[in-house]
Amino acid sequence: MKNTGTLKVTTPSDREITLTRVFDAPRKLVYDAFTKPELLKRWFGPRGWSLVVCDIDLKVGGGFRFVMRGPDGKDMGMRGVYRELVPPDRSVHMESFDDFPGEAQVTAVFVEQSGKTTMTATVLYPSKEVRDAVIQSSMEHGAAESYDKLAELLNQTSSQEVA
Amino acid sequence: MEHPQSHQLDATFAALADSTRRAILARLASGEASVAELAEPFSMSQPAISKHLKVLERAGLISRGRDAQRRPRRLDAKPLAEANEWLERYRQFWEANFQRLDTLLAELQSKPAPRRHRPKKN
Repeated sequence: MKNTGTLKVTTPSDREITLTRVFDAPRKLVYDAFTKPELLKRWFGPRGWSLVVCDIDLKVGGGFRFVMRGPDGKDMGMRGVYRELVPPDRSVHMESFDDFPGEAQVTAVFVEQSGKTTMTATVLYPSKEVRDAVIQSSMEHGAAESYDKLAELLNQTSSQEVA
Repeated sequence: MEHPQSHQLDATFAALADSTRRAILARLASGEASVAELAEPFSMSQPAISKHLKVLERAGLISRGRDAQRRPRRLDAKPLAEANEWLERYRQFWEANFQRLDTLLAELQSKPAPRRHRPKKN
């Protein structure tokens, strides 16, 4: 497996989360992997979950519907609408989970350099409470692992000057 | 919807949303320091630094040491560790997902004609 990047997660404001990740592929391919059902079905979802429904009407104003099935047979659904599509540069969509209140706006930007693609996805939640609830819920799914050393966090945050 | 750590996390993230305050914390990670010592590397007055220290203190990120003369500030690691853990789990959740995407992207590129990929039914 080629693991070119490590995911960076930041909270630029109290309603946002930004995910930044480098992929070892041209951006057309990365963009496709985020927008084509046959590709999304092959990677999207928490570990041990599969994407059993993936319907996408890829046009501005078009909707999508995902259903993920967990190892215990539990389903988790989400849906949304595309607001802006500029392949393979950027996309903006609204999304909401069946089990969560509130709709989030997701802005994804794909930048290619020397055959590698940097994806920056900014998720804007309707309120801080919704954002926190989403992170909290992913914590429950995520593996409990010991956190980085304090010094690492400090180096990371102090070198991360606001651009 | 609110979880017990929520207020603490708010204060922590608000305090970290400033490069001067992050630099102060980085300095304190290597040992306690007085206000004058902390002000030294910045082109800032001591009152300006004191303002930042107040924010950090309210967030529970720093406290005052025992020396009554110097009133040194020192780092309190717990809130930072909690904020880090909170985001770190979220990060791990997505990182696991993106590693599967890495594998898929590598597979797609190793195929002879990568321009068009047909849906593959398994």
